[in-house]
Amino acid sequence: MQIKSRIVNKTLYILLSGELDEYTAPNVRKTLDTMLETEKGFIQIVLDLSELTFMDSTGVGVLIGRYKKMREKNKPIFITNPSRNAERIFKMSGLYEIMPKIV
Amino acid sequence: MKKNSMEIKFKALAENEPFARNVVAGFILPLNPSLNELDDIKTAVSEAITNVVVHAYPQNTGYVTMKVTTQDNYVTISIVDNGIGIQDIERALTPFYTSKPNEERSGMGFTVMESFMDKLEVISNGSGVTVKMGKAIEKKVAGL
Repeated sequence: MQIKSRIVNKTLYILLSGELDEYTAPNVRKTLDTMLETEKGFIQIVLDLSELTFMDSTGVGVLIGRYKKMREKNKPIFITNPSRNAERIFKMSGLYEIMPKIV
Repeated sequence: MKKNSMEIKFKALAENEPFARNVVAGFILPLNPSLNELDDIKTAVSEAITNVVVHAYPQNTGYVTMKVTTQDNYVTISIVDNGIGIQDIERALTPFYTSKPNEERSGMGFTVMESFMDKLEVISNGSGVTVKMGKAIEKKVAGL
């Protein structure tokens, strides 16, 4: 799993590449938390899942955990480019209610 | 197509999840599944293995046995552990229920398995859990 970030117009774009499951989740949590702590000057986050080749429901837990941390700082998170299965899991879990999908 | 089957046993470790779902995907290729059907099955397998890794063996790491059978256009997958079992299966199958609420878990594992497969059966008999899932692979028109 590779995670890259860049800030454009006060938006922190995070690109997840690879597979997100029980095996990769601990490292994804750690990397995302470090990014969210150390990056400065952003007011919102966009998670780009266009290069996420696999995700199961473990991913929902990971994303909700980051949402809770960012909610405390009043920084909303948006999701873009989910795969077909990620989309189904997000809809099933109601994740889009707290982390809206943007096109 | 005649009946085919395979069985493997491996340690219940998170790092074996990609291995398990890709083994199943490779085994069912003769049924000519679509990419969506492959993704559905890989996701369901991953959910089932995650449950074993997270819940079955709280003290020591045990093993998981995965059996896959194909007949005609139907895939049956059994994920079997010898762990502590599930005390209340009905509750475990409830969407969003997790026995580990402090671990950032969604409680969606069985819901995803039910949704992505055609059939799901969960058996806990005191010597572990068997998750049995089935899915029909849509028959493709030759030449398409």
